[in-house]
Amino acid sequence: MGVVTLTIDNKEVKAKEEMTVLEAAQSAGIDIPTLCHHEKLEPYTACRLCMVEVESRGRVKLDTACSSPVKENMVVRTKTEDIIKIRRTLLELMLSHAPDSRELQALVKEYGADKDRFEKEASFCIHCGLCVRYCAEVKKKSAVGFINSGVRREISFVPEIASKECWNCKECFELCPTEALQTAYLFTVAQISDSPSFELESEK
Amino acid sequence: MDNDRIDQIIDKHQGEASSLIQVLLEIQRENSWLPKEILERVSEKLQVSLAQIQHTATFYKAFRLVPKGRHEIHICNGTSCHVRGAQGVIDTVQDLIGIRPGQTDLDSKFTLETCNCLGRCALGPVIEIEGKTHSKMSPAEAKDVIKKYE
Repeated sequence: MGVVTLTIDNKEVKAKEEMTVLEAAQSAGIDIPTLCHHEKLEPYTACRLCMVEVESRGRVKLDTACSSPVKENMVVRTKTEDIIKIRRTLLELMLSHAPDSRELQALVKEYGADKDRFEKEASFCIHCGLCVRYCAEVKKKSAVGFINSGVRREISFVPEIASKECWNCKECFELCPTEALQTAYLFTVAQISDSPSFELESEK
Repeated sequence: MDNDRIDQIIDKHQGEASSLIQVLLEIQRENSWLPKEILERVSEKLQVSLAQIQHTATFYKAFRLVPKGRHEIHICNGTSCHVRGAQGVIDTVQDLIGIRPGQTDLDSKFTLETCNCLGRCALGPVIEIEGKTHSKMSPAEAKDVIKKYE
């Protein structure tokens, strides 16, 4: 297990070879905002909020810290003007989906995002995939998944599995950065009592 | 479609989870749509979660998760048909049979689909019902054509 040395925000950081830039930064007490990251789960790069500037072998590029592995002599900058602008725009886009999310509100203050920049289209889900991945990777139940594609993408519980597994678990609830998940679950519960099929749901 | 036939199709793909899309397509070719029972069987045999199958099956427009009606109506809304007023035809047909594109009515009589170009641009707006092409449709003519189907 080798150790590599890299620079994050002008600070020399020693990290284990298999770490990601995000883990290295966290170990050095440097804060990188994330929404879709969870230490028990594989990197997913959905929220893109952990975007950092990476300089490696003389080339500068933008990459998600949660997925890029550390490299020797790597230079990482986490708070450049460009990065802050990107994060601000990402937040503004997410706010159009989940205007009241507390986790987003906290970041809004930090980055000076304008919550009214984009027209509200409250689906309450920002597609971080935490619930979907937690259920599949940690609980191995896959009771919740994504359905549809593009702008119509949303989370959906599989009623047959959810009715057996979810009531006693609900561990995904607290992971959700917005409150979309609870709503989706309650919606599913309501549906089971009536007609247990996702065919009807996908038809909308 | 019985489980034996599903298993046969899955075996043809060596039960590989990565063949999910091919398996679903092949089942749909024979069964015309993908009922939940079939998806459950596929999930079991391929060791792919139902949530993942649901994701894939709703991601691609090619998969049908609702039964097909007895008559399939395709209304062309390609560029040529569109400028010749296909939208008016679509609206009229929707009102007449009470469903939107992609849906099947409650009596399983019609399935309505729109498509982008049937290759008969000079004859637009075009409606295709069960392989028969009806050309130069006005909303009123479309109504008459559809009323003929039972």
